[in-house]
Amino acid sequence: MTAAAASAPHPPLWRRLIGFNFLAGLVLGVVGWYVGWFGAHAIHGATVTDTTGATDYNELSVYLAYIGGVSGFLVGLGFLNYPVKRLLGYPPSLREKEEGSWTRYFSLCTDHKVVGIQYLWGIGLFFFIGGLNAMLIRTEQLTPHNQVFPMGTYLTIVGMHGTMMMGMMTSGILGPFANYFVPIMIGARRMAFPRIEALTFWLLMAAGVVLTTTIFFGGFPTGWTGYAPLSTQANPGIDNYIIFFALVGLSMTLLGLNMIVTILTMRAPGLTWTRLPIFVWGVLSTAVLMVLAAPVLISTLGMAALDRTAQTTFFNPGGGGSNYLYQNLFWVFGHPEVYILALPGFAIVLELLPVFARKPLWGYRLAVAGLLGVSLLSWFVWQHHLFMSGINGDLRPFYMLSTELISIPTGFTFLCGMMTLWRGKIRFTVPMLFCLAWFFNFLLGGLSGVFLSDVPSDVTTHGSFFSMAHFHYTIMGGLVFTFFAAIYYWVPKMTGFELNELLGKIHFWTMFIFFNSTFAPLFAIGFLGQSRRSPVYTNNLQFLNDWVSVSAFLLGASMLVFLFNLIWSLAFVKKPAAANPWGSRSIEFQLPSPVPVHNFDRIPVFSGDPYGYGEGTQPVAVPAGAPAGRD
Amino acid sequence: MAANPDAAQAPPSDSTNHGVRVVVAWLVLSAIATPLVAIYVGPLIPPGNGSVEAQGQTFSNQVMTSFVTPVLCLMAVFFAYGLIKFHARRNEAVLDGPPLRNDARVQLLWIVITSVMVLFLAGFGTYELLKDGAGGGQGPNPIALPAGHKTAYPVQVIAQQWQFTYRYPALGGMESNQLVLPENRLVVFHVTSLDAVHSFWAYQLGVKADANPGVDNVAYVTTKGPLVFNVRCAELCGLWHGYMFNNGFVVPPARFARWAAHAQALYASIKPYVNRPADKGGAPLARSYLPQPTGRAG
Repeated sequence: MTAAAASAPHPPLWRRLIGFNFLAGLVLGVVGWYVGWFGAHAIHGATVTDTTGATDYNELSVYLAYIGGVSGFLVGLGFLNYPVKRLLGYPPSLREKEEGSWTRYFSLCTDHKVVGIQYLWGIGLFFFIGGLNAMLIRTEQLTPHNQVFPMGTYLTIVGMHGTMMMGMMTSGILGPFANYFVPIMIGARRMAFPRIEALTFWLLMAAGVVLTTTIFFGGFPTGWTGYAPLSTQANPGIDNYIIFFALVGLSMTLLGLNMIVTILTMRAPGLTWTRLPIFVWGVLSTAVLMVLAAPVLISTLGMAALDRTAQTTFFNPGGGGSNYLYQNLFWVFGHPEVYILALPGFAIVLELLPVFARKPLWGYRLAVAGLLGVSLLSWFVWQHHLFMSGINGDLRPFYMLSTELISIPTGFTFLCGMMTLWRGKIRFTVPMLFCLAWFFNFLLGGLSGVFLSDVPSDVTTHGSFFSMAHFHYTIMGGLVFTFFAAIYYWVPKMTGFELNELLGKIHFWTMFIFFNSTFAPLFAIGFLGQSRRSPVYTNNLQFLNDWVSVSAFLLGASMLVFLFNLIWSLAFVKKPAAANPWGSRSIEFQLPSPVPVHNFDRIPVFSGDPYGYGEGTQPVAVPAGAPAGRD
Repeated sequence: MAANPDAAQAPPSDSTNHGVRVVVAWLVLSAIATPLVAIYVGPLIPPGNGSVEAQGQTFSNQVMTSFVTPVLCLMAVFFAYGLIKFHARRNEAVLDGPPLRNDARVQLLWIVITSVMVLFLAGFGTYELLKDGAGGGQGPNPIALPAGHKTAYPVQVIAQQWQFTYRYPALGGMESNQLVLPENRLVVFHVTSLDAVHSFWAYQLGVKADANPGVDNVAYVTTKGPLVFNVRCAELCGLWHGYMFNNGFVVPPARFARWAAHAQALYASIKPYVNRPADKGGAPLARSYLPQPTGRAG
């Protein structure tokens, strides 16, 4: 515990393991899980039997077990300490940030920089699991028939891959990089709600475990969309999906709220809206989407959970409900969701291009308008996922128009990025290569989106591998490439150690080539009639599918290059990073690497935006001096 | 790092009008590439000419492929030129580029061009859609009605886990697991489901309509000459979703009549065993079905 650790500088190891930490979280999590499981059996003695009578299970116990498990995990980490202390009249205190031991990465820590690094590794872990699932999918797709996995296992793998990526990677950039750098960029010492910030991370980790353990309940057959009434009739593995996505939604809502409040209220003096780094604008527009979209998801999944446990029929037409209701509600969340994934990518590209083109960000206000415009328009397009569903046939021209309109603000991002490159002094560093690849990938992703937004064309492409290739180009090509750009750009600042540049370039080129080699043929495969989420396809498509599978394996191998680079550079070579390796004018690079615990001794005063390359001005200085109190 | 302010300015010799070069190269490349794409890629574009609607979709795809070609050309020219021309030389000290922050004319031009393109695409898509519904599912009250829709040949598609059943009201409610259609005929599909959400995708025929329980999803298609087409489910519907496919046929009227007689005889022979009474959801011409509220399978 905090107090004990502070009073005894070097307690023995066994003493340090006792307290509110990850270990206690695991123990209490398991205890909570069993309390919920058997508690539910006490409430709901008779088990639900399916129509065949072959298996019986108690839905309620799955929900209560995981709710109990997650609650126990959070209590064990110490999330109740502060409210309980306040209730009992003890003085308020934050956890000591100065504690330098590695154990703070495995406990509730309110330092936004620790949370950022926790996010980086936590999300990286689940990204890796999701990626392994993709390898398994491509293994099955090597042959036109269902040969490698049993059918139910295959669908579970597909669903796990999609849900893991769409759920965990929503925080892929906001989690690690916004938590770490937004307070620094706005000249603050912490986030507005540090404990909530830590809560978002540990909720996400708990959610990841919930989804992974779906395999013990038979998996789920619905893919990441979880359409009812298939979800209502599925085996209890779908409960894990529901709990997972609800926890992710909760984490997103809190993360977004925290970001909005931090950016609105904690900017340093002089940091006006037109001086805000474009990355912070991107985070703000994403955070607004998160706060407004995720609650819809949580409520929808709550209804789905009631359909399964309390035998309500919100989504079951046989009982007076409607499966359209689920589809509508899901995509009201789901389409902003894909922009939650894409917008931080736009922001990273626009933030990094000026550094490596050595020019100011061109058209700052247009870029901001682009981010906010996408954020706004993303609310009016969701029924393009339902063009063929027979819902609101009359509204299809409207959704076609609104979907195509969204390419106008997206075009702003392209224009601002391209004009920033124009006549610059471009340096092809590893982060810059990933940003340039974004243009290529997102262009193909966007142009293929034009086909999907057009209803006559969507008749062919909807539900085929074409749409799958499209969103992998936008999400993997848009988000994951910029995620790696951010890693190569900022990890030296976060850890204090350089990453190997040669390995970085090998990683980039292998990833870029095999990414395109994997997903470009999928456009053709989809156009030629291969249906999504099916391990079965016509024999004439086998060559293309084999090509894609081999490319996908090589794409997976390129991730191993990255992993090797990360471990090799950070754990073995440990070459100290310079304070400002890229010559950036952004304020985080005016601080030492890694950033000191309190960020700034004194709060800086901003006199301009961070993009004054070639203008002869000095970057915003970090004022030196004695620390001016605690936050 | 940067930023010796004096060295940071771009050398004055750089007065070349790069913008004009890029625009000229783009126009030339587009003028060459777009017709080539339209002529050589166009005929390869699916779903082909299996029906009037499929032909319309193919046309839409061809127009859009031709349309995105100049955009791709612009990006290719811009990046090829920009990255070669404007990159820092090896071993060069880190210099700053010219501090260009904005150009209202470029912004305006860009916004106007992208808006015009987008509005054209939306208008084109709407026209192509409302002309005949483009073969897509339009829900129970379709508005995009092709000419002569009142005399369209009705076929009901009943999806269930994990097969399609086709019902022919014009043949006395005959049901078959084979989809056979007469050629040169306007056909109207009434697509519904008995359980989960499916999607009836007749690929070469250019038809896709989701099958929802309790909903009659209508799609029109005008068949052309004889055709064999793939039917598969395009919406994840549970365990055997991948195997939910078969082939459909468009045949001349005489062959259609022969098949119909055969199928009707077959259906009559099994009907007493499979048909449920009308009050239990088995009405021969029901357009939609509702699943059991607590039914669980798969």
